[in-house]
Amino acid sequence: MAEITTNLLSQLEKCPTGIVGFDEISGGGLPLGRVCLLSGYAGTGKSLFGIEFIVHGIEQFGEHGVFISFEESATELTTNVASLGFDLKEHQAQGRLKIIQVELPNIMVETGEYDLKALFIRLNFAVQAVGAKRVVLDGIENLFSAFSDLSILRTEFRRLVNWLKEQNLTAIITTERGRYELSRHGLEEYIADCVIALDLRIERQLATRRIRIVKYRGSAHGGDEYPFVLDSTGFVVMPITSAGLFYEVSNEKVTSGIESLDELLAGGYYRGSSILVSGTSGTGKSSIAAHMTNASCRDGKRTLYVAMEESPQQIERNMRSIGINLAQWREAGLLLFHATRPTANGLEKHLASITNIITQFKPDVVVIDPISAFDVGVNEETVKLMLIRVVDLFKNKGITVIFNSLTVGGDAEERTSVGLSSLVDVWLLLRNFEFGGERNRALYVCKARGIAHSNQVREFILSDSGIRLENIILDEKGNILTGSARILRETQIIGAETIQKSDIQRRADAIKKKRELLEAQIAIMRAEFEDKELAIEAELERERLRIQATGVALNELANRRNLATIEKPL
Amino acid sequence: MNEFEEDEEIVIWHLCLYIAGRTTKSVDAISNLKKLCEESLKDRYRIEIIDLLERPHFAESEQIVATPTLIRKLPEPIRKIIGDLSNKEKVLLGLEIKPIEK
Repeated sequence: MAEITTNLLSQLEKCPTGIVGFDEISGGGLPLGRVCLLSGYAGTGKSLFGIEFIVHGIEQFGEHGVFISFEESATELTTNVASLGFDLKEHQAQGRLKIIQVELPNIMVETGEYDLKALFIRLNFAVQAVGAKRVVLDGIENLFSAFSDLSILRTEFRRLVNWLKEQNLTAIITTERGRYELSRHGLEEYIADCVIALDLRIERQLATRRIRIVKYRGSAHGGDEYPFVLDSTGFVVMPITSAGLFYEVSNEKVTSGIESLDELLAGGYYRGSSILVSGTSGTGKSSIAAHMTNASCRDGKRTLYVAMEESPQQIERNMRSIGINLAQWREAGLLLFHATRPTANGLEKHLASITNIITQFKPDVVVIDPISAFDVGVNEETVKLMLIRVVDLFKNKGITVIFNSLTVGGDAEERTSVGLSSLVDVWLLLRNFEFGGERNRALYVCKARGIAHSNQVREFILSDSGIRLENIILDEKGNILTGSARILRETQIIGAETIQKSDIQRRADAIKKKRELLEAQIAIMRAEFEDKELAIEAELERERLRIQATGVALNELANRRNLATIEKPL
Repeated sequence: MNEFEEDEEIVIWHLCLYIAGRTTKSVDAISNLKKLCEESLKDRYRIEIIDLLERPHFAESEQIVATPTLIRKLPEPIRKIIGDLSNKEKVLLGLEIKPIEK
């Protein structure tokens, strides 16, 4: 959302319209207590905008209102909007709403001077009767057509606008578009506060509606066009713009539901990021989304699953086969399926429904399966613009979104629909590998903004317990092995490792034995040595004793001869 | 054939003038109306003046948008004209009064 614009707009006090998307693009609603001119050709939705402004005022903001129609009869209006859930009869009966039908004859005989005071009287009377805060004058050009004196009319119109402002009423005046101007009688001159234009174009057989804030007091913005639709809930504006890139970014990570993928992504996806899963048919894109759905619902968060090709029942059944039970979340109210065929409606209609559902259901995660469904028969540029807006819408709301995209195989595999890959934060590419008579899958993280991700391909294995990513194995030539070839190779590797291990073990054992042997020998030698030692000692001892004995004997001999001791050399 | 000349019946014209307060415009309208009726309808008329400021609900019930508005209630059908009635021709035309000068 363009924050610059919002800041300027927020200086004025606002009167919230309650119309889906409009309050967002107008920075809170219409200027409070001012008059707004709503212009558009017949059938563009002016009356509906007006009546919704009044009804939401009553039902959501407790403000009563007066609806003055110079066109449709009151009963017709009541019937027309009953299908949208607006009970105008009840509101009138309860004194919250006054509907005035102004009858204007075809020919008005003017006999002199006049003014439109009676209209003012009627308006005032009604406003007082219900204590109205909101007023709509629908189809004012009819009033102008009924009278011939334009100068009187212009004077009265100016007076009307001033009177409304004095009464502090927030008013919408609707008018038919002029050929060159926004209104047939140059009414824009008198309304300086706010001018809105509605447009209906037919492009490629599809009706596209646009709303534009032409003028908004206090704002410098030139008025972006926003797409809107009129659906079963009424007026829905899609508050998405390609101009604003200001939104809060989260550093929080959310799990993808697949452990090995979380590892690849250093923890998971950033909350509020957009993820594209592309791949050829049957590569398992939906299963990735299902894992994320499962994980998010388990955390108590809500998921919206927009199914464009398969029915919700089919999706639930398919995911059951890989061990994911989505039905439990649907029953718990955490998972909402929105099944629709892309060709049934134009892009904007789809976007409107999704916007509507998101406003009511407030999911944390959205899955669009597949986004490539929109490629059918629509101008590529339009689709890209729409997708930019979609991604912006989700980012603004902090919704994590997964887009599945079907690609054709071969070289075109990496060329996704309308360059969606450049818009998203994470791009997971699923590829098929054919090798050794088998076709297996691999996943590649093509891009992951802000995440340090591995550039390695992982084998993508789908079993009845879900998705598993395995490190890839290369053979001697550097080819990727998947499936059975990989298992074989793994076995070989394990085998080789085992052999190596046992070899080492054996050698270790051998050395151990040698040591033991050596130590045994040493022990023996030591023992022998000790023996010898003892023997030598004994020998020495004997010698000593003998010498001693000899010495003693000699001394004895000397003593007996009483002669001087003869020292005999020993 | 003059439809409004009485042959057997006497039709009393019932004219209602709706004004929004006593302004110069409404005062003019009232005097213009009285003069015109005297001239063209002699005694065969009844004028009612309704001030919408005093009785605003009439504005809604009679579907009045401009003031002054003059409604011919009788004879039927109902005819409505607006303005201060200064343009005599237009008034006679609008009310479908044929001048009685014959």
